[in-house]
Amino acid sequence: MSEYNLNYLEKLEAESIHIIREAAAEFQNPVMLYSIGKDSSVLLRLAQKAFYPAKIPFPLLHIDTGYKFREMIEFRDYYTKKIAANLIVHKNEEATALAFKPEQAHTDEYIYYKKTKPLLEAIKKHDFDAAFGGARREEEKSRAKERIFSIRDANGVWDPKNQRPELWHLYNTKLKEGQTARIFPLSNWTEADIWMYIKQEDIEIVPLYFAKRQKVVRRNNVFLRLDEFVQVKEGEEVIEGMFRYRTLGCSPSTGAVPSEAITLEEIIAEVISAKNSERENRAIDYSSENSMEQKKKEGYF
Amino acid sequence: MQDIKETIDRDLLWLATAGSVDNGKSTLIGRLLHDCHAIYQDQLSSLEKISFKKGLSEVDLSLLTDGLSAEREQGITIDVAYRYFNTDRRRIIIADVPGHEQYTRNMVTGCSNADAVLILMDAQKGLTTQSKRHLFIASMMKIPNILIVVNKMDAVDYRQDVFAKIKQDCLSYISRLNIKEVDFIPVSAIKGDMVVFRGEAMPWYKDTTIIEYLNKIKVSLSNNEDSLRLPIQLTVRGEGEPRCYTGKMESGVLKKGDEVLILPSKIKTAIKAIFIGKKKLEMASAGQSVSVMLVDEVDVGRGDLIVRQSELPEKANEIEAMLCWMDNNPLEMGRSYLIKQMNKTCRVDISNVSYRVNIDNLYHESAASLRLNEIGRVFVKTNNELLFDAYEDNKYTGSFILIDEINKSTVAAGIILN
Repeated sequence: MSEYNLNYLEKLEAESIHIIREAAAEFQNPVMLYSIGKDSSVLLRLAQKAFYPAKIPFPLLHIDTGYKFREMIEFRDYYTKKIAANLIVHKNEEATALAFKPEQAHTDEYIYYKKTKPLLEAIKKHDFDAAFGGARREEEKSRAKERIFSIRDANGVWDPKNQRPELWHLYNTKLKEGQTARIFPLSNWTEADIWMYIKQEDIEIVPLYFAKRQKVVRRNNVFLRLDEFVQVKEGEEVIEGMFRYRTLGCSPSTGAVPSEAITLEEIIAEVISAKNSERENRAIDYSSENSMEQKKKEGYF
Repeated sequence: MQDIKETIDRDLLWLATAGSVDNGKSTLIGRLLHDCHAIYQDQLSSLEKISFKKGLSEVDLSLLTDGLSAEREQGITIDVAYRYFNTDRRRIIIADVPGHEQYTRNMVTGCSNADAVLILMDAQKGLTTQSKRHLFIASMMKIPNILIVVNKMDAVDYRQDVFAKIKQDCLSYISRLNIKEVDFIPVSAIKGDMVVFRGEAMPWYKDTTIIEYLNKIKVSLSNNEDSLRLPIQLTVRGEGEPRCYTGKMESGVLKKGDEVLILPSKIKTAIKAIFIGKKKLEMASAGQSVSVMLVDEVDVGRGDLIVRQSELPEKANEIEAMLCWMDNNPLEMGRSYLIKQMNKTCRVDISNVSYRVNIDNLYHESAASLRLNEIGRVFVKTNNELLFDAYEDNKYTGSFILIDEINKSTVAAGIILN
């Protein structure tokens, strides 16, 4: 390639940095959703680049369900401290939310009370007018039609049929009373891009992404690791083997995949040749055919 | 194992695809993704399930692109959808533009960042009114690569004369538009001929398949040869460090030490350092999001523009533009709209619609206003001076959107004329 010619990863990076700066310049009080996963880690690195040599000028928000993998929480606390980020952790502490058992982690009600509702509450409580998220259009079919700057009404509701047209690099950041924005700087990235960027930039990630010998049970066609939230049920066989995670979420609803990939190179090779999509092990996408669209309409990221 | 470096060293191609469901567009995109191995097994088996439920004997690849529940219920596509796949040379982003609903609004949106547009026609129907509209918009949006795909060749027995006739009709229509060049490919999306694989049904056709075409065409590298345009987004400052000015290089090349001019203040200074994150660069080129330090402590802020003395942009508070109206409420003279152009937002007044384009026959019609999906030529008066280039010369400094000041919606897209 000629010296002027940017490769596609450089172009994706430039687009994302432009989006992050545009939102920081035009919104009053933005926040960055931090889910601790690989996409969040990339988003965070892009934000650091966007504002360097200054620090990231907005806080990070983690919505904690209480059932996240313990490695995720450890990593969250370690990493945000390391980069001196301002982290807000918000949890729905009302009785209805606390009553959910780990086994219910894949249900629509759990998602609403543990994720969507506290997210909307936190946005209201801190008066955020915009929230960055790491969602990618490639992930899921209803996300394919999402805008980069996406508007939510006063109840946090997404109206997919009434979206603002988005042209060139010109983002409309104006909000009506009560509206808030969701901003998706990684819209045009794919799973493989995320991994290649993590490799290129040497970004630290939660160790669960790397294959490790561990004990799992097979439940509803996914492999769940045995830990404080997942216990063997009668009749279940404990399998011990090499497993890793392609996506991270709540321990009781996120499946591990059999894998020998212990280095980034091996993960990338695995992702490039993957036969199944990364969300196949996420129980929450499967409660119905329009599952994700419905959750997004309610205010889920 | 695929080499990582090789994977990253692809370039990026934005492709808009236009055409209606009846022309088999969803099937074509499904075919492209399928034959380029961009469909995962679990997605495919979910398609199989749905196809089976509908009583189909084969997997309906078009289902892949129906994203929203309302779309599946009505069997239509409502909105621009984005898809991603790789060829062995390129990362391709498809902005898939629906044919039926709101075609103008969606097509203008889908084309705004496109390096190439694929316009789909049906071999049985030939050049239709809808295809003419697509060609007009592609020419107005100055898409550098226009590809006409004549689909459903299987339904006309793969006849060369059918393809030749459509090609002739298109060329004679295009002569009335400002389009330099178009390419034509005969295809059967449903059978897969000339999409990724050549197939054996059309030995008379010797030119490229769709994939070969997408690998071959030039993408927007030419921006590097254009004038330097670095609109400032944001000022950042680390503790005890000099200010940095950030923005995306919309065109041109910038080197450390270059003498530059800050507009509108016309202050002369030079580039002391260029960064992307912590990384110091000797040079930045079009498309990069950079941050720069200047030799002098000068007052620069959001909305300012860094250029070269010898390559000044236009400056005016009255511009002429082609406006595509995108809102349900029609253009109202005297209503308060905001213009967003580069990194500047200010109030505008639209004083006059010179004409409206009838995009079915290209006639100029007199009009007092513009309604949803209409395109017209207007005079725009802004209350601050704008810095800009003609869209023809630079699509990022020559374009704008209009925002309704009361309900905050994006109501129009504008293309600045000479």
